[in-house]
Amino acid sequence: MVSLSPALPAVPTVVARSPGYWSGVFTRLSRDKLAMAALAILVLIVLMAILAPYLAPADPAKATMLRRLKPIGTPGYPLGGDELGRDMLSRLIYGSRLSLIMGVTPVPVAFVIGTILGVTAGYAGGFLNTVIMRTADVFFAFPSVLLAVALSGALGAGLLNAMVALTIVFIPPVTRIAEAVTTQVRSLDYVEAARTSGAGAAKIIRIHVLPNVLGPVFVYATSLISVSMILAAGLSFLGLGVRPPEAEWGLMLNTLRTAIYTQPMVAALPGIMIFITSISFNTLSDGLRSAMDVKA
Amino acid sequence: MTGPLSPASTRNAESVWPPEVWRAPKKTVLDPRDRGGPAQPLLSVTGLVKHFKVGGSPFGEGTVVRAVDGVDFDLIKGETLGIVGESGCGKSTTARLLMQLMPPDAGRLVFDGEELGGALSLTEYRRQVQMVFQDSYASLNPRLTIEDSIAFGPQVHGLPARQAIARAHDLLDRVGLEPARFAGRFPHELSGGQRQRINIARALAMNPRLVILDEAVSALDKSVEAQVLNLLMDLKQEFNLTYIFISHDLNVVRFMVDRVLVMYLGKVAELGGRDAVFNQPAHPYTAALLASMPSMDPDHRVERPPLTGDPPNPINPPPGCRFHPRCAVAEAVCSVKEPEMAATGTDRAGARHAAACLMRAAGSGHSRAPAVAVPA
Amino acid sequence: MTPMIDIRNLSVTFTGRGKAVRAVDDVSLSVAPGEVVALLGESGSGKSVTLRSLLRLHPKNRSRMEGTIRVDGEDVLALSPRALADYRGRKVSMIFQDPGLAMDPVYTVGRQIVETIRRHESVSTAEAEARALALFKKVSIPAPERRLAAYPSSMSGGMRQRAMIALALACNPKVLLADEPTTALDATVQIQILLLLRDLQRELGLSVIFVTHDIGVAVEVADRVAVMYAGRIVEEGKVADVVRTPRHPYTRGLLAARVEHAVPGSRLETIPGAPPDLAELPAGCAFRERCVVAEPRCAAERPAFVQRSPTRGDACLLTG
Repeated sequence: MVSLSPALPAVPTVVARSPGYWSGVFTRLSRDKLAMAALAILVLIVLMAILAPYLAPADPAKATMLRRLKPIGTPGYPLGGDELGRDMLSRLIYGSRLSLIMGVTPVPVAFVIGTILGVTAGYAGGFLNTVIMRTADVFFAFPSVLLAVALSGALGAGLLNAMVALTIVFIPPVTRIAEAVTTQVRSLDYVEAARTSGAGAAKIIRIHVLPNVLGPVFVYATSLISVSMILAAGLSFLGLGVRPPEAEWGLMLNTLRTAIYTQPMVAALPGIMIFITSISFNTLSDGLRSAMDVKA
Repeated sequence: MTGPLSPASTRNAESVWPPEVWRAPKKTVLDPRDRGGPAQPLLSVTGLVKHFKVGGSPFGEGTVVRAVDGVDFDLIKGETLGIVGESGCGKSTTARLLMQLMPPDAGRLVFDGEELGGALSLTEYRRQVQMVFQDSYASLNPRLTIEDSIAFGPQVHGLPARQAIARAHDLLDRVGLEPARFAGRFPHELSGGQRQRINIARALAMNPRLVILDEAVSALDKSVEAQVLNLLMDLKQEFNLTYIFISHDLNVVRFMVDRVLVMYLGKVAELGGRDAVFNQPAHPYTAALLASMPSMDPDHRVERPPLTGDPPNPINPPPGCRFHPRCAVAEAVCSVKEPEMAATGTDRAGARHAAACLMRAAGSGHSRAPAVAVPA
Repeated sequence: MTPMIDIRNLSVTFTGRGKAVRAVDDVSLSVAPGEVVALLGESGSGKSVTLRSLLRLHPKNRSRMEGTIRVDGEDVLALSPRALADYRGRKVSMIFQDPGLAMDPVYTVGRQIVETIRRHESVSTAEAEARALALFKKVSIPAPERRLAAYPSSMSGGMRQRAMIALALACNPKVLLADEPTTALDATVQIQILLLLRDLQRELGLSVIFVTHDIGVAVEVADRVAVMYAGRIVEEGKVADVVRTPRHPYTRGLLAARVEHAVPGSRLETIPGAPPDLAELPAGCAFRERCVVAEPRCAAERPAFVQRSPTRGDACLLTG
């Protein structure tokens, strides 16, 4: 082997360091007022979910037929009562737990699996690419709502199965984005240069490909969270997700639908929560996208 | 070790080195990696071919682009070989084939007496042959700091991270960039000239014997180009390098190289010493290429274009001599007979001068062909 | 003689995200009828921005233009949108480095020329088609009838550039602006296009501003050359004078750094450093930090452009 000269000077102690790419992204993101507002709302919602036992004024499962469908502002029931006379405020607070778990979890799982598949397909090319991408295309042929409903129908109702179904729904789009970005990055000269240094595929992917692919795919994945929240609520609404008497926003929307003419405001509350959470995720994702959209 | 990387140097690329000190490379330096002595070519290329299929489906026939269609040459140790030609002539594909970035359809590469794929492994070959690309920005990973980019190669080959970084700093210094200022920066914070210096440092980090410069200065501003050319000449001496210098700019090529290889539509049109090729081009295409250079003299502007039409597409190269449709001295035989490389003499330095033109081949049937072949 | 193009104290400032960048700073330049002036400079010197100002091509909400531009007596910066549309293409037209971007890929080249003629002049389609054919013959496109029916993407680079020149000349403009039209071309094609432009310019008596980074190209086509650096003209004069006896240290350095006449293998003279960042220009002369003859006063005073003789001028404190 060619000797790499032994007696080299020690690394100079003072080297001017530029802030890394991600710190630049977060600096820019922190200047985006809208994104920061969305982030604040999301933090509050997550805190609400975590601290539910301390925040909820009443037992969310305790039904009192006398207090069915009380309007908003009833003393003791600040947000009214549901169709079984349970405290709406407490149910909304507790509902955030399952709604978040069910809506958010599939996205990071799909992000990891989809990125692995997409980067593999994009870097390997050829036959492996064809196999992975055509399989993804099969899933793509169905509208995401239909696919989610069909999959959780096939798997059977339940929280876990609904999450698995949503994960499967989101893997193909993540794979496709990851594959597209990888194919583009792979053809860049710095990847070629890395190949000329004799590095193996795993090392090139880890150091040269992934860091440049993860950003765009990550932004795309964050934009999926809002869709996932809505799909998760939809599955519960259809009875394919969480089962009564659990508190979950989508399920609450379903059980309250009969009250839409008697207490429209109360019936709309879970929907409003879903809307706020979903749009906050979406706004944050948009902010992240523009914060990352710089030549760097 | 008396290798090229000793820690003492603090010389900076902008420092002045009196021209009288500098001599064209006539090297007697002993390279411990040298195997066959100075007479053995560093790289011997035989029958290199690369065809691309375009537009075809896995089932149907596409058209075939004959990007590189039988290229042979020997690279002499310590020389700078220029490769020139127009777009589509196959010079960049040749570079990528030499670098093994794509598999050739045919051809042998023999590096210092050892055949690639035989006695010489690809890993070992790649340690000795490095490349600098044209686009200084695209050839640096935007997420890596400069020192990490340079240190990547040595680390792949097992140098511990700390030493690899120290080596990167040393090389930054050699290419005229202060390590303390630049090592921790990212590519987008630097100018084109600085980035190209880093790409050169990255290539040198592998301690190669051959560096392929593929349009390495073409994207730089003129004032910066001169700096980088000086740097390349210094580094060649210092690191005992052999260069393949690919460029469309004939002025730069004339300045940089010892020998020139002219390519036309995937084939070698002419190969010879710099002065021979530039002063007495043997192939009509080379002559036209040289005459197309702007004159730089306001009183003697170019009055007539030496060639008409655009460089043809390598999809359907014309039969016979590929240059004959654009050639002013083409005869009937040129559209039938494909010319072989024929010797036209040797220059003062002893370099063989040859051209693939029927006018140079004895008994080819061209009215200007010599009666007797020039001895090679 | 009244100049065809008269640019007085033009400054262009871009105010996008972040800092305002003054890309062109107090540039004055005039071009006589039938004269070819080369604007020579490196990337970021402001040469293209100056050229584009003549057609007011800068985004309105993100740029600011000061000074005056007169073309054939018309005040370009005061033109109404309607008058501007009429002025573009009819009085002044432009050719670009990449004809692929300047032409519409979904229409044939012939159709684009016909449309251009008919937008500016009330002539019949048949007449416009006849003119398009004549233009194609004029720019020496072989088999012009067939090529008029071709799409830009199916033409080779040199042919596309000829077609773009034909398009630019469609309405008999008096001024042709060329933005590095030969930079992307091969040497053998570049010289053909340069010679074509030279012939057309002579034949039609056009005033031409030719932007290039290549001195060799400027020498081939131009009568006069204006050298730009960091947004300003630093030297201007007849091509032969500037090339033979450059005055400004930047021009001198640029000419000395050329490889054309250097002894192969010898060391090239260089201009140290790199062009400055326009957002953070140093005080005084912008070239000072790279200049080998700079004096302390160069840091204090920014040299104005001084006309040293009727045909020659520069912006250096040390050349007076």
